[in-house]
Amino acid sequence: MTTLEQRGLAPVRSLLDNGVRVIAKHSGATPAVTIHATFDAGTVFDPTSEPGVAHFVSRTIDRGTASHTADDIAERLDFRGVSLAITVNRHALSLICTCLVKDLDPILATLADIVMHPAFPDREVETRRGEIVTMIRQDEDNPAAMAAEGLLSLLYGAVHPYGRRPRGTVEIVERISRSSMQAFHTARFAPDSLSLVIVGDLDPKRGIESADRAFASWRSAAAARPTFPAIEPPRERRMRVIAMMNKAQADIAYGFTAITRSDPAFYAYWLMNNILGEYSIGGRLGDSIRERQGMAYYVFSALDANVVAGPLLIRAGVNPANVDRALASIDEEIARMAADGPTDRELAESRQFLIGSLPRRLETNAGIANFLQMVEFFDLGMDYDLRVPDLLARVTRDDVQAAAQAVLDPSRAAVVVAGPYSGS
Amino acid sequence: MPLVDDQTGQVHEQVLDNGLRVLVQEVRTAPLASVWCWYRVGSKNEGPGLTGVSHWVEHMNFKGTTNIPRDKVKGIIEQFGGYWNGYTWIDQTTYTETATRDVLDRMLFIEAERMANCLYDPADCESERTVIISELQGGENDPDQLLDQELTATAFRAHPYGHPTIGWLGDLQTMTRDDLYSYYRRYYVPNNAALVIVGDVDRDDVMRRVVQHFGAIQPRDIVKVSPTREPEQLGERRVTVSRQGTTAYLKVGYHAPSIQDADFFPLLVLDAVLTGAKGVNLWASFRTPAPQRSARLYRALVDGGFASAVNGALVPTNEPFLYTISVTATEGTSLSVVEETTLAQLDAVRRHGITEQELQKAKNQLRARLVFEGDCISNIAHQLGYFETIASWRLVPSLAARVDAVTLQQVGEAAAARLKSTNRTLGWFDPQPSTDEEAPHAGEGAGAGPATEQRR
Repeated sequence: MTTLEQRGLAPVRSLLDNGVRVIAKHSGATPAVTIHATFDAGTVFDPTSEPGVAHFVSRTIDRGTASHTADDIAERLDFRGVSLAITVNRHALSLICTCLVKDLDPILATLADIVMHPAFPDREVETRRGEIVTMIRQDEDNPAAMAAEGLLSLLYGAVHPYGRRPRGTVEIVERISRSSMQAFHTARFAPDSLSLVIVGDLDPKRGIESADRAFASWRSAAAARPTFPAIEPPRERRMRVIAMMNKAQADIAYGFTAITRSDPAFYAYWLMNNILGEYSIGGRLGDSIRERQGMAYYVFSALDANVVAGPLLIRAGVNPANVDRALASIDEEIARMAADGPTDRELAESRQFLIGSLPRRLETNAGIANFLQMVEFFDLGMDYDLRVPDLLARVTRDDVQAAAQAVLDPSRAAVVVAGPYSGS
Repeated sequence: MPLVDDQTGQVHEQVLDNGLRVLVQEVRTAPLASVWCWYRVGSKNEGPGLTGVSHWVEHMNFKGTTNIPRDKVKGIIEQFGGYWNGYTWIDQTTYTETATRDVLDRMLFIEAERMANCLYDPADCESERTVIISELQGGENDPDQLLDQELTATAFRAHPYGHPTIGWLGDLQTMTRDDLYSYYRRYYVPNNAALVIVGDVDRDDVMRRVVQHFGAIQPRDIVKVSPTREPEQLGERRVTVSRQGTTAYLKVGYHAPSIQDADFFPLLVLDAVLTGAKGVNLWASFRTPAPQRSARLYRALVDGGFASAVNGALVPTNEPFLYTISVTATEGTSLSVVEETTLAQLDAVRRHGITEQELQKAKNQLRARLVFEGDCISNIAHQLGYFETIASWRLVPSLAARVDAVTLQQVGEAAAARLKSTNRTLGWFDPQPSTDEEAPHAGEGAGAGPATEQRR
């Protein structure tokens, strides 16, 4: 007999005749099942002239199909206690929900209908347009959102899809038409752009059969493979202040373009970022800015290694009087990481943390589904969970320092401060 | 030694000689263990001048102990892949670790140290003062949170549920190290705590270890002053927050039943009909949106184009708190129209109750939520401890039955009694256009929503 740890997740992956990828995994914690359907339909596929279409589609796609009204769909989901979350990020649009095992087939049928035959009814489009405009206006009053969006725009420019506002602007959203959304649906929603993960208290074979029943009839042209403009590495430090004098606290976003997920150096970057701004309460940055100097409730860094070189972002919320001191502390910590690298103890502890936290990440159906989608998206292999310990074990202190030297340089940082701050 | 050795279903309960109540549940779905140590102290226990002390004490209890030097705190559980956190709210303060079952002993050691031996170094107290003020000001950046705080303070005139858990800024600026330390010494005793362990563990082994770590901690009598009972509200109240902003928000708050009151579950069903079922797990359920597309207020407000979001919140509490409905107005919609539309729906349900089909749907939703919110050991453990701090953990296994037992008539009666205008407080966040002359304000303090977490 093998233990769970030795066997790993061992999900079952199957390719339907039409190209839909289905990944199913048994997990008996509760009599529930999580369905996680991801399409290659993120904001990078927005038309250049209309950033915001993918997000608009994500708010409207489940509001009526060729054969069912929005009210019908709402009633079907609500009656079973299912809330369907539709999320969109740079590359993927995902439909995620959890239902009781007994409801799997009817819920899959509803999801299939939504993604294959959305109607984008005029009335629904207009109602959602009002919601989205309100969301954008809320973002514009939110220093954290303004700082993050401002930083991505500094790092990637207004043309690169990573630099655009994911929800678009009020002006653009006001003119996005139903036909733009239909065109986006036609271009991006196809069997071969769907990866469907089913995790829960059922035999994986049964999950795959259910998926086949729901999606087998779908025929649609393959979605085009994307290409992305090259990223210009920054040559100098750039800083932007977004004054929001009605606020109590200033939000700092500070960062760099980092690496792609497929870069072999990823594991060194992953560890470097953990040591810098994640481990315990925000790594070294948390030690300095929160624990020693008491300047911020939150400070952390996050690495988004993606299809193109995603950002390494440092975020903090500080009193406006402390902005300059916080920025100086960030400069100091990243320069120190590049100059000296991590200590042996830091490297060992972060490695143990990233390996040892896997069972927690993989405890719930939703956690497993999320992990398997990531594995599928980056083509890491269905035994990836078993290989993580070795991939991290191979990283040396020199590798981590090399990663820090390659990306962490205060003289090339992009910095945005949003809040009651007018500059130093 | 054990005063009680009671077993109901899957939960093993035992009370140590020093009064520490221990709850253990064996759940073998992952090689993990989750430990939660709960204290029956929250912002409800705070008097004038000390608002926010419970939450600040929670922060201080992560800053080293007699046997855990300050520089050994970082990574104490993370180096084993573990996670820790804590939160403070109106009735309770809690601390948790979840990690591989192999470090159960270390998790229990940390909690025993936290109960008996925290340091309260004066320099750490000062440094944490500014961290907490930063937490408060971050919350104040969010108009919805600011309005929530004002609404709650307006709805309660006498009961300490009225002040924000994070505290008022003035108190955070003046409280001393001794205020913090004496509060800690007063409430952090085994007879005021409940320790919950859930996971891939053996209950006898757990109990042996618990006795080893906690058995010698001395109990102490706590004189708990009963909070002032909130007098009956005599008429509708209103509060308006006028601040620069882009978006208008409405909140409607009604004095609500406590978990022990007969109409709590009927009101929970009513909330599901109005805004979709959230469940009753503060730690889990509120993180996933409610199924609400067919809910009455969603249909009227969001599908009607008046609002971009609507939400209801009825959380189980020890004493009567609030049932709050929050609405975000769409760009261009006036708050009076949003209010009129919301109140029309609430008046309709107050006069006519709900339908049989709505009752069935609400029960389906709540039953499903109860399943979903028990999806991991930390969520299971949270519920046992949370309910123990507001009433008894024994309510947890009966939640589904209590939902099932709700009748159409009970929901109608709860709606008629609770949704009266005289029981209501209305709050507006009325956004003002930006003016160049306006100076940055100094900040007056904002609540941090239902619970404030130590970290994110």
